[in-house]
Amino acid sequence: MAGLGGGPGAFGRCTHAVVRALPESLCRQALRSAAGPEVDFARAEREHQLYVGVLRGKLGLRVLELPADESLPDCVFVEDAAVVCEETALLTRPGAPSRRKEVEAMKRVLESLNLNIVEMVDENATLDGGDVLFTGREFFVGLSKRTNQRGAEILADTFKDYAVSTVPVHDSLHLKSFCSMAGPNLIAIGSSEAAQKALKTMQQMSDHRYDKLTVPDDAAANCIYLNIPSKGHVLLHRAPEEYPESAKVFEKLKDHMLIPIANTELEKVDGALTCCSVLINKTSEL
Amino acid sequence: MTTEVGSETEVKKDPEQVGPDKAKDKPEEASETVENEKSGKTSSEEAQDSSSVPAPASHSSPSSQKKEKDSSESKGISRFLPPWLKKQKSYTLAEPKDEAKKRAAGEEQVVEESECHPPEGMAQPKRILEVVAENNAKADDKEEKHSVSSAETQPAKEDGKETEVEKVAEEKEEKQEKEKRETKEVQTAEVISQKSPKKIKTVQSKVVLLDGTEYTCDLEKRAKGQILFDKVCEHLNLLEKDYFGLLFYENSDQKNWLDPSKEIKRQIRSLPWLFTFNVKFYPPDPSQLTEDITRYFLCLQLRQDIASGRLPCSFVTHALLGSYILQAEMGDHDPEEHHGDYISEFQFAPNQTQEMEEKVAELHKTHRGLTPAQADSQFLENAKRLSMYGVDLHHAKDSEGVDIMLGVCANGLLIYKDRLRINRFAWPKILKISYKRSNFYIKIRPAELEQFESTIGFKLPNHRAAKRLWKVCVEHHTFFRLLSPEQPPKAKFLTLGSKFRYSGRTQAQTRQASNLIDRPAPYFERTSSKRVSRSLDGAPMGISDQSLLRDFPTTGRPSAGDKIIDLEAAGQGKLKEGGREDDVSPLKTPQLELTQDGKRHASRTEGPCTGVSDADKSSHETLDIVEEKKQAEVGIEETLVVDETDKGKMQVAADAGETCKVEHLSKKDSSSLPSYSSSSSSSESEDEEVGEYQPHHRAIEEVIREEQEEEEDVKRRELEEKIQHVEDTPQSSKPTVPVESMQVTAEDSVQENAIIIPTEEKNLSEEIKEDLGEEKEEEQLKLNGDVSHVDIDVAPEIICCSEPPVVKTEMVTISDATQRTEISTKEVPIVQTETKTITYESPQFDGSADGSAGVLLSAQTITSESISTTTTTHITKMVKGGVSETRIEKRIVITGDGDIDHDEALAQAIKEAKEQHPDMSVTRVVVHKETELAEEDED
Repeated sequence: MAGLGGGPGAFGRCTHAVVRALPESLCRQALRSAAGPEVDFARAEREHQLYVGVLRGKLGLRVLELPADESLPDCVFVEDAAVVCEETALLTRPGAPSRRKEVEAMKRVLESLNLNIVEMVDENATLDGGDVLFTGREFFVGLSKRTNQRGAEILADTFKDYAVSTVPVHDSLHLKSFCSMAGPNLIAIGSSEAAQKALKTMQQMSDHRYDKLTVPDDAAANCIYLNIPSKGHVLLHRAPEEYPESAKVFEKLKDHMLIPIANTELEKVDGALTCCSVLINKTSEL
Repeated sequence: MTTEVGSETEVKKDPEQVGPDKAKDKPEEASETVENEKSGKTSSEEAQDSSSVPAPASHSSPSSQKKEKDSSESKGISRFLPPWLKKQKSYTLAEPKDEAKKRAAGEEQVVEESECHPPEGMAQPKRILEVVAENNAKADDKEEKHSVSSAETQPAKEDGKETEVEKVAEEKEEKQEKEKRETKEVQTAEVISQKSPKKIKTVQSKVVLLDGTEYTCDLEKRAKGQILFDKVCEHLNLLEKDYFGLLFYENSDQKNWLDPSKEIKRQIRSLPWLFTFNVKFYPPDPSQLTEDITRYFLCLQLRQDIASGRLPCSFVTHALLGSYILQAEMGDHDPEEHHGDYISEFQFAPNQTQEMEEKVAELHKTHRGLTPAQADSQFLENAKRLSMYGVDLHHAKDSEGVDIMLGVCANGLLIYKDRLRINRFAWPKILKISYKRSNFYIKIRPAELEQFESTIGFKLPNHRAAKRLWKVCVEHHTFFRLLSPEQPPKAKFLTLGSKFRYSGRTQAQTRQASNLIDRPAPYFERTSSKRVSRSLDGAPMGISDQSLLRDFPTTGRPSAGDKIIDLEAAGQGKLKEGGREDDVSPLKTPQLELTQDGKRHASRTEGPCTGVSDADKSSHETLDIVEEKKQAEVGIEETLVVDETDKGKMQVAADAGETCKVEHLSKKDSSSLPSYSSSSSSSESEDEEVGEYQPHHRAIEEVIREEQEEEEDVKRRELEEKIQHVEDTPQSSKPTVPVESMQVTAEDSVQENAIIIPTEEKNLSEEIKEDLGEEKEEEQLKLNGDVSHVDIDVAPEIICCSEPPVVKTEMVTISDATQRTEISTKEVPIVQTETKTITYESPQFDGSADGSAGVLLSAQTITSESISTTTTTHITKMVKGGVSETRIEKRIVITGDGDIDHDEALAQAIKEAKEQHPDMSVTRVVVHKETELAEEDED
């Protein structure tokens, strides 16, 4: 019974993951919020392969890997192209025009999973999946440069069971640039003023009371929580080499199986851990 | 009609009470008088009744005068304020008295009697008191009103004649034979009689039930909403009825909740007597409902909500919920029987597709083995998680004219723009809710880093929409936020809302009552969901029908009566919920004191103001009436229920006060002084342009004061009375207001608490923390010095003017280990021998609480002792965000044997404290009682 997420206990359940290889064009052409060192493509690939390997090998997910498209330098960040909740997938209309075509491949793969597909056809709407935080109880949508009110409305229309609250995002690329879910009722949140302000907004908007896990680094607050039947609580978080102080915070989560993952290269182009996959929980087999 | 409502509730009570009443002739008389009054709801009748009954009964000059006043008032006011207001007052008073008599014939009564000299019986005295109060209040109002509406008075008289005629006819005809029988009995028994006298004219009313069927019954023309509602619930065999209500449609899309405490006729006016039975308060956790039949009706409601689109859900959820509907209606999937388009006969969604039906059928097969009740439970478990479950939506515009939706739910107020939630204000965040004309305002507690509360305004389509929203907020807050069963006082406070308050049971109370349900699961036949699913009212989402305006129980009484009944049933003699209304004052001292005080207040206030009667009326009457009678209403209310009035006052006091619902109709306020507190009264009047409601408990007391003051000042304020004004004025006015009233209120609250507690406590330690400040210091000093004065110098309390203490109603929690009780103020009394620890808290500003730590400027501790009490006052000054805050904590230890009335002592202490520190607000009262049993509750 898939009703409404199956309840709190089902949060983080996942059977499938969609990922996409990174194109070489990413190094020079990927959108980035700030100039900086160039991406080391080889290293980026290694990190990504490790990432995929964890999902597939360590966690046993069925990983659907899309091929890279050199014409879409940002295509590795599949999260922005679709929002999947339960059996329904919303294909987004990314805020960056150069990324709109990323959705096409995503559509095909999601259709293959027999999900209920909803497309965002309104040309006035933009939505990046990176602005969508699903807590298991409700959605928070960051209104950012990439996501607008109309996009959020369509999300709300798509997932009618859930409250959809909007959160202004000013200083970051996405809402999830500084937060994510680290557990069924646990929000990982960065320490920056903007992050804390956003958290307050979310807390005010919600009927639920979430626990929060504050980490020193905003980027480290983007982690991936999974509930794997054989492993329990699993948390993919940024490696101690990258964010040692934040890693220490994660290490206090005694009930979680912690898997540090480095993401140093993609971070240069605003990539975070959640950006690189779309997680899907197929309860009914095809 | 209105009387009927009361009568029904009373009837219930009566049977129980009857025994005792009969035993005591006086109580019966009182009840009779009450009945009479009730019966004669019409002004003329009332006048007659009051005159006839009270006059004969009470020889005392005051009573007679009162009677006269009443008659005059009744005439003048009658139309504005339906008789039942008066009657209710009488009821409430009578009931309390009765109870009091029964339980503790006591001193309290004596006091009342002394005031009124009730010749007939205890009841009469009460009546008299009430009457007097009304007279006073009414007198003023009446004068004004009379002048204004002399014509009206005549009609009222006519009505009276009619009623008389009706009575005669009824006696002869006895259309409702049964009832008449009852009435006959009533004459002896009193309660039932009310109906009989009036009945002559009956109106056929239709109620569309949740299964799509129609229930028809004949009602007296003047029947109150409660009567119809009870009939419907009886027809449905529904006991957990507090979640439900009756709707009538003003326009095709404007739903109004029928106020059970008011006459139906006055609410629907010229509309047809056509109602729909609906869920008013959606229980957040349906699994906590006691009976399957209740869940069934909730399911039926939700099916409507879903099929009509009011409750949006996804495709998958539509299919899942639909599959449970099938399972509940048709049982296990039977391949032979269930094939083809059997599903299409059901409506699961606004836009039902073949695909969805297939999905429904597929899921239906997986539910094999679920009983209908289990299927319903599963349905509810999923439906309750929908984000719009139980959200009552209202169209509005924000300050910039942007279309938004305001959603009222169990947790607070939600703001939507299109489908997106753009803001949310949990009840604890809301200091005050008010409306003025077509504007709706919420005053928000300052955030952590903010120093000042902010007020947010919304524009509703019209005045009535604003008021409707306001009432829904008041009701939802009261119903859902006053959680602990012990909160009757809170409920009182909260409910108080100056004019309109929710008079029904809170969720906590109804749960408590439900626990007492002891009957085999009733059999009920499930109707085809087809019918059900067809939305009877495919109301658009925007409309917030759910918001129930009405108070469940009739003003205080019904609830009290119910409570009482429950208690009796439970065998719990102690304080239980009855407390809300003064009427039910099982508890000895507290209630008595309260009632007395209330009476006094009423009389006092009334005397000067003369608005009392009006107030009463207003409170009782429904909104419509109120509109007409705005001013009058206030006064009347006061008379009705002391507690309520207090509450109402509290409302007024918004600034100082914390929570009370303050609805001041500007007009009403001006007219009537003190009395808002009574039930729906003032707030309800549709015309009322302004309504305020402060969600805090303690505030109530303060509010009361303010109200009194306000009443005095009413004229000034009338113009000003905007919400803000109200708040402000109260402060200013406070000084002027007679201290007594203030004290009373405080006492009431306190007493209530005490009552709840059961009273026999050896040690009471009260800690009252007060926020605010400057005056606190002074207060403290006084307190210290005063210690000798008061047994318990409850000095602790401090009333703060400046900030509405915001305390949520929740704050005050009374936890009795043994008793849940009802904290109605009535039972203060005292010393029984129980050991209890009671903690009363009125939350202060959440903000402060949350808050940021301030800088400690100074702290001092003062200790004083008297014979039986030791008072320790701890004063601290803090600076938070640039605002200095003085907090006074008083710890009062009352030591004594069982004979000491701790409640009283507590009440006094609180009273004194308030008096001493008029500027301070009591944010928290913690009572620890250590008794032999040693029960402890904290909160």
